[in-house]
Amino acid sequence: MEIKRERLEPPRGESAPARPVRGDDLAIRRVDAVQMLRGAPIEGLTPAREHDDLTDEDLERHVTERVLTTTLDKAVAWARGNSFFPATFGLACCAIEMMSIVASRVDVARFGFEAFRASPRQADLLILSGRVSIKMAPVVRRIYDQMLEPKWAISMGACCSSMGVFNNYALVPADKFMPVDVHVPGCPPRPEALMHGILKLRKMVLDDPDMGWRERYEARGTEEVVGEDAARDNAVNVFDPRA
Amino acid sequence: MPDATGLELLAQELREKDPDSVVDTLHFRGKAALSVAPGAIRGVLQALREHGYTFMASLHGVDYYPDEPRLGVQYELLDMQRVDRITVKLRVPTDAPEVDSVTPDWPTADHQERELYDMFGVVFRGHPDLRRILMPEDYEGYPQRRDFPVGGEPVLFTYNEQRYGGGV
Amino acid sequence: MSEIDARPQLSEYRRREQSITLDSLDTDIQPVDPHRELLTLNFGPHHPATHGVLRLLVHLDGEVVLDVKPIIGYVHTGIEKTAEDKSYWKVIPVVERMDYLAYYFNALAYIGAVETLLEVDVPPRAQYLRVIHLELNRIMSHLVWLGTSALDLGAISMFWFCFREREKILDLFEFSSGQRMHTRYFQVGGVIEDIPPGFTDKLRAFVREMPSRADQYGDMLNRNEIVLQRLRQTCALDGDTLLSLGVTGPLLRAAGVAWDLRKAAPYCSYEHFDFKVPVGTVGDNYDRYAVRLAEIYESVKIIAQALDGLPEGPYITDDRKVALPPRHELATSMESLIHHFKLVTEGFRVPPGEFYYPIEGPRGELACFLRSDGSSKPARVHVRDPSFVNLQAFAHMVRGSYIADMIATLAMLDPILGGIDR
Repeated sequence: MEIKRERLEPPRGESAPARPVRGDDLAIRRVDAVQMLRGAPIEGLTPAREHDDLTDEDLERHVTERVLTTTLDKAVAWARGNSFFPATFGLACCAIEMMSIVASRVDVARFGFEAFRASPRQADLLILSGRVSIKMAPVVRRIYDQMLEPKWAISMGACCSSMGVFNNYALVPADKFMPVDVHVPGCPPRPEALMHGILKLRKMVLDDPDMGWRERYEARGTEEVVGEDAARDNAVNVFDPRA
Repeated sequence: MPDATGLELLAQELREKDPDSVVDTLHFRGKAALSVAPGAIRGVLQALREHGYTFMASLHGVDYYPDEPRLGVQYELLDMQRVDRITVKLRVPTDAPEVDSVTPDWPTADHQERELYDMFGVVFRGHPDLRRILMPEDYEGYPQRRDFPVGGEPVLFTYNEQRYGGGV
Repeated sequence: MSEIDARPQLSEYRRREQSITLDSLDTDIQPVDPHRELLTLNFGPHHPATHGVLRLLVHLDGEVVLDVKPIIGYVHTGIEKTAEDKSYWKVIPVVERMDYLAYYFNALAYIGAVETLLEVDVPPRAQYLRVIHLELNRIMSHLVWLGTSALDLGAISMFWFCFREREKILDLFEFSSGQRMHTRYFQVGGVIEDIPPGFTDKLRAFVREMPSRADQYGDMLNRNEIVLQRLRQTCALDGDTLLSLGVTGPLLRAAGVAWDLRKAAPYCSYEHFDFKVPVGTVGDNYDRYAVRLAEIYESVKIIAQALDGLPEGPYITDDRKVALPPRHELATSMESLIHHFKLVTEGFRVPPGEFYYPIEGPRGELACFLRSDGSSKPARVHVRDPSFVNLQAFAHMVRGSYIADMIATLAMLDPILGGIDR
């Protein structure tokens, strides 16, 4: 499928610079919006994947090596994506709208996600609904740690995504202490909006069946640092105020 | 609400019991308020209880920065029989923010005095369990004071949405 | 906690987590019996039965609860501090988010205080519209309470029935203001917009069918064997103790004390309406449930009367210094333009003073203490939240009962942690 992309080039001539000057971000690119929504890789915006530079035999070998595992991975991803077990984690007002998606108007059971598990050990989706205060942040982190991989997190509402209405001393944005896959804006987001966010996550899971979130989000080094581990140079202790 | 004359009579009665207790009376927008000295609060509340104000609706604090004494504590009393409300106010400076706790007489003051301690730093002598209630136990600072900054954090995002595609 | 200190490799945040000690737990047990197994159990803050992030330290003897210590603050948002930073209009959406099931009530408590300080009059149509939305919010809050409490007790299907009605109410809120929750519909001096055409018909249809729906809930739960066994004669508390603890609202009324601010000190034209206040007898969990269920019927009556008697007129005060002028005036009147500009940029200034404005929320006396220093931003906004004060009664209610009764009592207490922690 041809991805139509046009780029407005600076006029060629003596006065034109050899390459675009600093301000690449100012270059105007017209990208097909539909393709962008479908997740097509866009030059300059999407980081290159390992198979982007392969050609000919290398590419063929790459593909044949992966065809079997890819199909199996896709099947597993399909199963995982269609059967999230959300953890019952309601913090504040967004929790009421999260309860609404379980209710009958926007029914989350038709997608297969109605099994809200109370124990984080049995859940794989943490819907952070509500404002995360500084007293609650270690508790949320602990619950996220207790979940077994693969696990995903949706930050529902403005408060945990981006401090929301209250940007003050008492709140912590969720991305500060745990990786979040999908942010759902709104205060509170409508149940349909949350549903859209969950389905977006489902699409993400179906597309890319990686396990291990620390690899997925390049989060190596964000493990909890305890005692002698602090000597490791790439370790970042997000809870230590002195670090 | 006791009207202005009723308030003055009440204040006079309290002054007869304890001359230094009532510092000022105020009748504003139809509501009566008594300003009392911090040391006399328990006696005043007891006297008001005998007058019929048996329900303490609220106990809250104000920071009057930059007026000194800075920290104010207000007690809202309610007389259910006559549907009357009266406010009792007192003020303490920040360098000696101590007030007698009224929790032994009014059990409803328990959590509310803890909240005042947490948010303003007012120490209630005689409170059974004066700890921080809303902030973490080892938090430093009294957030609701006016010279405490509102705070806030720059927001970070886990940049992964473009990589893994959009659309449903 | 010396054995904790002896392990230096524990990270800082784990140590902070364990900083709460049990020294101040007041129990009157005599440590004699070696066969008695005393356990301190930590409930929450993340637990399927807690209504919000409430943490309970429960001191247990087998299944019997000896003492309970609630620990709150897990959703403390510093709303009161944020409100000091914003102009009076902008505080309304901030304060709405405290008790997140009673957002119209939060707004009215604050707006009432502002209007009292400003000495601004609210036109009668606005007052009736306010009453309609307040009572709809009360019904909605009780529905959510009923659904989640039944869920706690195990009557899981009640959740879907109650939320079905809740969706109808949220449709009405969306009709009048555009938002389902935290609607910012109340403004200083009235309401932000008049109700659109079609709203009264939809509301009438709702009023017609809601009592029969509430009958259905009653049919399912009122004489249900399990509900009776779990709620009758459990965790009762008498009216005097409740009054000394500062408890108000349905909890107080269930114990037999007939105190409702809508009747005792009417505000916002509640005195025009004819409604009863349900009062219980014993004060046990069943009475608390029955009082709230009965309040739904009374609220429907109030809405019907307000709808029938809805007066014509302006929906917000005429005082241009407080309320925005209508847009068509901006093209013709210079004064309106200036007022609009001043209101939108700086906001109005409130004369200095302090006021405490109480209203009857779904959980009790909800009041706003407002201090103004003459500028365009409030100097202190404090909301006296009913759940914060009612929570103090929880320990008294629960001593000596079973864990299951404790869960049922927590459900019947109806705590909303957003209001408790603010």
